[in-house]
Amino acid sequence: MNTASATETYNYKVVRQFAIMTVVWGIVGMAVGVLIAAQLVWPELNTPFQWFHFGRLRPLHTNAVIFAFGGCALFATSYYVVQRTSQARLFSDTLAAFTFWGWQAIIVAAAITLPLGLTTAKEYAELEWPIDIAITVVWVAYAINFFGTVAKRKTKHIYVANWFYGAFIITIAVLHIGNSAFVPVSLWKSYSAYSGAMDAMVQWWYGHNAVGFFLTAGFLGMMYYFVPKQAERPVYSYRLSIVHFWALIATYIWAGPHHLHYSALPDWAQSAGMVMSLILLAPSWGGMINGMMTLSGAWHKLRTDPILRFLVVSLSFYGMSTFEGPMMSIKTVNALSHDTDWTIGHVHSGALGWVAMVSIGSMYHLIPRLFGLRQMYSVSLINVHFWLATIGTVLYIAAMWVNGIMQGLMWRAVNADGTLTYSFVEALSNSYPGYIVRTLGGAIYLTGMLVMAYNVWKTVRQRDAVVADNVPMTA
Amino acid sequence: MSTFWSVWITVITLGVIFGCAWLLWVTRKSQKFDSETDQTMGHAFDGIEEYDNPLPRWWLWMFIGTIVFGLIYLTLYPGLGNYKGVFGWSSAGQWEKEVEDAEAKYGPLYASFAEKPLQDLQNDAQALDIGRRLFLNNCAVCHGSNARGGLGFPNLTDNDWLYGGTPERIQETITGGRGGMMPAWGEVLGEDGVKAAAAYVLSLSGRQVDAGLAEKGKELFMTNCAACHGTDGKGNQAVGAPNLTDNIWLYGGTEQLVEQTIRNGRQGKMPSFAERLGADRIHLVAAYVYSLSNK
Repeated sequence: MNTASATETYNYKVVRQFAIMTVVWGIVGMAVGVLIAAQLVWPELNTPFQWFHFGRLRPLHTNAVIFAFGGCALFATSYYVVQRTSQARLFSDTLAAFTFWGWQAIIVAAAITLPLGLTTAKEYAELEWPIDIAITVVWVAYAINFFGTVAKRKTKHIYVANWFYGAFIITIAVLHIGNSAFVPVSLWKSYSAYSGAMDAMVQWWYGHNAVGFFLTAGFLGMMYYFVPKQAERPVYSYRLSIVHFWALIATYIWAGPHHLHYSALPDWAQSAGMVMSLILLAPSWGGMINGMMTLSGAWHKLRTDPILRFLVVSLSFYGMSTFEGPMMSIKTVNALSHDTDWTIGHVHSGALGWVAMVSIGSMYHLIPRLFGLRQMYSVSLINVHFWLATIGTVLYIAAMWVNGIMQGLMWRAVNADGTLTYSFVEALSNSYPGYIVRTLGGAIYLTGMLVMAYNVWKTVRQRDAVVADNVPMTA
Repeated sequence: MSTFWSVWITVITLGVIFGCAWLLWVTRKSQKFDSETDQTMGHAFDGIEEYDNPLPRWWLWMFIGTIVFGLIYLTLYPGLGNYKGVFGWSSAGQWEKEVEDAEAKYGPLYASFAEKPLQDLQNDAQALDIGRRLFLNNCAVCHGSNARGGLGFPNLTDNDWLYGGTPERIQETITGGRGGMMPAWGEVLGEDGVKAAAAYVLSLSGRQVDAGLAEKGKELFMTNCAACHGTDGKGNQAVGAPNLTDNIWLYGGTEQLVEQTIRNGRQGKMPSFAERLGADRIHLVAAYVYSLSNK
């Protein structure tokens, strides 16, 4: 019990826990990614142990990087940002601790069940129904804690970062519950409540908005705090943030059908999905403009501040992949890109370039502050990490572009008699150089994460580092 | 879809698009500044202030451009519920048109070979090349790109035919498909019977087996298997019963696999290509397959 006279404080404990686990899960998730990339180059790495085959590890990789790494980064930053911009301690310390331990338990459950082959077979929603229920419980606790904190804020307005975090939390709850409607037949087996084209549509309504609200809206919330904070500049345009926020959430939710072009999905749904995906371009870029232009007047800081470099380059990759996405949603472009490595490249320009880089930059800003320090142990190691991350991303996505376009063209090439020029395996064997470059890019990116882990370790082990659990609000 | 859902879809689709346009309009109308300003909104969050800059003009026009494109697209193509669009386009229609165009383009080439008997095409390099390419596109996934098959998929190069190797029979197989129907004998023969029958079957192609067991198996074979495979075990191409005397094994020739075949039966499936390829293309595939065993 606080005494009435005690100074009000922020809860940094939960932020610190999630921040450290962001680094840990980042390394785990990306290491699995490098392994499965290597399995595509050297199939022998699919050892006789079924648990470590590509098919079992691929969902482990996606779940680990999206929900473990990305999820912990979102929990850490949203708990930090909502407190500081609302000038209020978290609504409930108990719920905060519950969300931390609950989320870690879910991640561990995923890491056990996916290699065992327990899966719903829904992409990015592979976890079986008991884990789905646990996710729902933890997520509701998160929502109560977040919005409870917003409700007790001492500022008149709600800061823009919290709009994005709020939209992310609400929409992910709706998507998760909607798409995870399963009929259990045993403890570890269930079947989707939907069937046929309806099931596919619900799946991609979920799948694309996991991108839209988890990986975009959530990380835009992060961007709206850490970019102006690190640049020490005001946000470029308040009214731009209003327009792009509402337009983004209104149009993103429609974009799912572009994953199902030329399928059994009715034509009207495909067209509506494509049109909304194109209209989504400007709202997406609104966030990039607001982030980038916030630096006007502070561009010189890029020369000396590698954290700001991480944030700015993440916005560049964000702008690039949110341009690429609407283009790929056009039916004629999709007819070439669908099922090729181009899609994988697109996802990773968003994942490595945007999501991971903005998280890494934010963590480098955040972690010293959680230990009562002014900066990380080594700024030059942040710079090393920046270059490793940038080079790794560029190698990865360039390899996948080349592979994807080559595959798309080879698959559709026909001879003078109308027969296909190439068999599938010919396109595959021509993809090997790209797979090698991709593995190399991923390994370089992972190396950067290990440099980060070392830097974080040295930071928190410094003599003047203190575990700052409860920080006075004046800080 | 019912009129209700059609109207529902139209209203919310247009609602979102016009909602975006409305949002742009009101935000732009309320702008206090035309160009970049150092005026802030007057509030700060953890030290972060916000400028009241106008919407960037190029961005605004890009946004409006995508909205206009979207509305035009939804006028021309299906998207608003049951509305078919000015072009009357559908993905099924596009596919049919592409098939039709391909038929118009390639059809005459295939038709030019259709009248020639299969044997005559054996010396026509162009015909065999086309046949090989059709085989690679359609058949190689099961029979292999070298046509030598695999476990459960017949080798097409060894002149050993389940349903016959005449041009007519090959064409018939590709056109109509085939369904293997070796019944499961496990329950009828019992485990000992299965082993005995397998021993006899293996002995037919000169394999070393327990003579006593084979003798017992012969009896079982004559009462149960000979109806299809013949008393001499040489099979019957009319029903697709394989020759058991040539040491060629579709489902493997190990003792274990032969026993498995007898115990559980086999239901191999060759699909029909009548609809997918049409008679003219099947003619050329058959010519190629025939050439593999009749060089």
